[in-house]
Amino acid sequence: MANTADIESVGQLPSFQGTSWRTTAVRAMRKNPAGALAGLVCLMLIILAFVGPSVAPHDPNDTSLPRLQAPSLSYPLGTDHLFRDLFSRIIYGSRNSLGVGFASVGVSLVLGVVLGISSGYKRGAWDAVVGAIVNVMFSYPSLVLVIFLVTVFGQEFLVISIAIGLILTPYTIRVVRSAALQVSSLQYIEAATAVGASDLRIMYRHVLPNVTPYVIVVASVNIGLAILIEASVSFLGLGVSSDTNPSWGRMLQETRNVWQQAWWTAIVPGAAISVAVVAFNVFGDALRDWLDPRLRGSR
Amino acid sequence: MGHYILRRLILTIPILFIASLLIFAGVRVIPGDVCQIVLQIPEPAPEQCALLKEEIGLDRPAIVQYFNWAGGALTGDLGNSVSVRKGQPVSDQIIERMNTTLELAVLTIFFSFAVGVPIGVYSALKQNRLSDILLRGVAIGWLSMPSFWIGTLLITFPAKWWGYSAPVGYVHFWEDPLKNLEQLYLPALALGLALAAILARFTRSAMLEEMRQDYVRTARSKGLTERAVVSRHALRNAMMQVITHLGLQLAFFFGGTVVLEQLFSLPGLGTLLYQSVIQKDLTMVQGLVLTFTVIITLVNLMIDLSYAWLDPRVRFT
Repeated sequence: MANTADIESVGQLPSFQGTSWRTTAVRAMRKNPAGALAGLVCLMLIILAFVGPSVAPHDPNDTSLPRLQAPSLSYPLGTDHLFRDLFSRIIYGSRNSLGVGFASVGVSLVLGVVLGISSGYKRGAWDAVVGAIVNVMFSYPSLVLVIFLVTVFGQEFLVISIAIGLILTPYTIRVVRSAALQVSSLQYIEAATAVGASDLRIMYRHVLPNVTPYVIVVASVNIGLAILIEASVSFLGLGVSSDTNPSWGRMLQETRNVWQQAWWTAIVPGAAISVAVVAFNVFGDALRDWLDPRLRGSR
Repeated sequence: MGHYILRRLILTIPILFIASLLIFAGVRVIPGDVCQIVLQIPEPAPEQCALLKEEIGLDRPAIVQYFNWAGGALTGDLGNSVSVRKGQPVSDQIIERMNTTLELAVLTIFFSFAVGVPIGVYSALKQNRLSDILLRGVAIGWLSMPSFWIGTLLITFPAKWWGYSAPVGYVHFWEDPLKNLEQLYLPALALGLALAAILARFTRSAMLEEMRQDYVRTARSKGLTERAVVSRHALRNAMMQVITHLGLQLAFFFGGTVVLEQLFSLPGLGTLLYQSVIQKDLTMVQGLVLTFTVIITLVNLMIDLSYAWLDPRVRFT
């Protein structure tokens, strides 16, 4: 959340006209190698989640391996107390962890963009209503809300994604609203109004494209948070995962009784979560620096 | 000042009202048969079911139910547990466990300030030097570690290396303060360290902003030592920003207690919530979610008020 607070103040957008995307990308990489590396890690994680079954060395539920083997060449991340290969389980688990992460960010984007743009553009009473909604959402304890919704609607992928998406929504609304507020006061909006464009058309054709960079940034920052929340939920055993359908948070909980005996079981799943979250956060920061030069070097 | 407090107080009422409405509605829209869910048997007897519905109040119109529940909540009556703790008042259970969670909260905030603020100040004073860059890198990495993983490591490695583990069997603070603290400091450290990384980042950026202000130059030019300039002038102003941001983190913090209490087997509100969810104790879940929401709203209210008290600019606008 540290991150979304920073992107609330909106600067001038950089102009990319005249430079090819390739030049821009190379420049961005030179300027911020950490950000580029993080972007690469994110990309790898996403690819891994997609091609998981074909690259995993073992079946994640294969229980015929030696029990509690320390990491070695044949078992890169060791095996757990139920004779299963942790590396393969991490790869399979990324589907749940990243899947819920992306789906919940999707939910928060749909709600955040619609409410944020409309309240920033229309202002007045509607803005006050959206402001009140944001306040109510902020006063909900995040994980408690997810647990509550899961209790009510069941441990389904959709339920958990919507629940986490609702937690991320107020942050998205704030960022999008302040961007929309600024764009709406520009002259071309006035011009569009003067030629008789409807509010809906102006919001869709003129405001939305101009707030998109901020939407991308807030999304990339929120993914890290979504992965963390999903991990907490599945650590409690309330996520979508089950014994045969691993997720990183649940993997840590499963091995609870053998942590001391087999140190790698206490490290591997947590490290996977942290690496993913670091990668998305650093990448999000880099994106923000790139899209919003005014904030460059402010932290 | 009075006007500001009044306005802020009045603003709290609709927030709590809407929140209570949502919680109430949430429990009522559970898909499927409530009897089956709560009693956790496929075909409950009709008498049993009728009794349960009466207990939760489902036999009356929704509006009446809401006002009964909300009215009860205002007077501290949140109904009775319908599941394992059957018949016991929800509010008694909550009060009994409140202490543990609040103690954990106080310790967590203590740890996070003790670690986060000095790092943030140091980082700001050494801006863009190697130590600053390293500390910022560590903070970003730290921020990405889930608190329950830090907790896992704090349980596993001291036990593995030195055979140390916190005493089992929870004792209350007033029974045996030392033993109680020994049980709580590890979870508080795990949560506090996660929060400290955020605090360090806030403190750093707030300090950088304050150190560029005119009053800092004035303080320096009247001959104050750098230490006095930093601690008595800049830090004091920077802390106001930090405290405001802290308020926004609280909602996340309380989420963290649920997992940490569970991990360290502490009988707090988080564990109670977790158990109630597993046991489908709807009245308990309802009461607990409301309690968490009220706590967060009240703490945010206090932060806003303290901000107004600290900063005259807020007070008079």
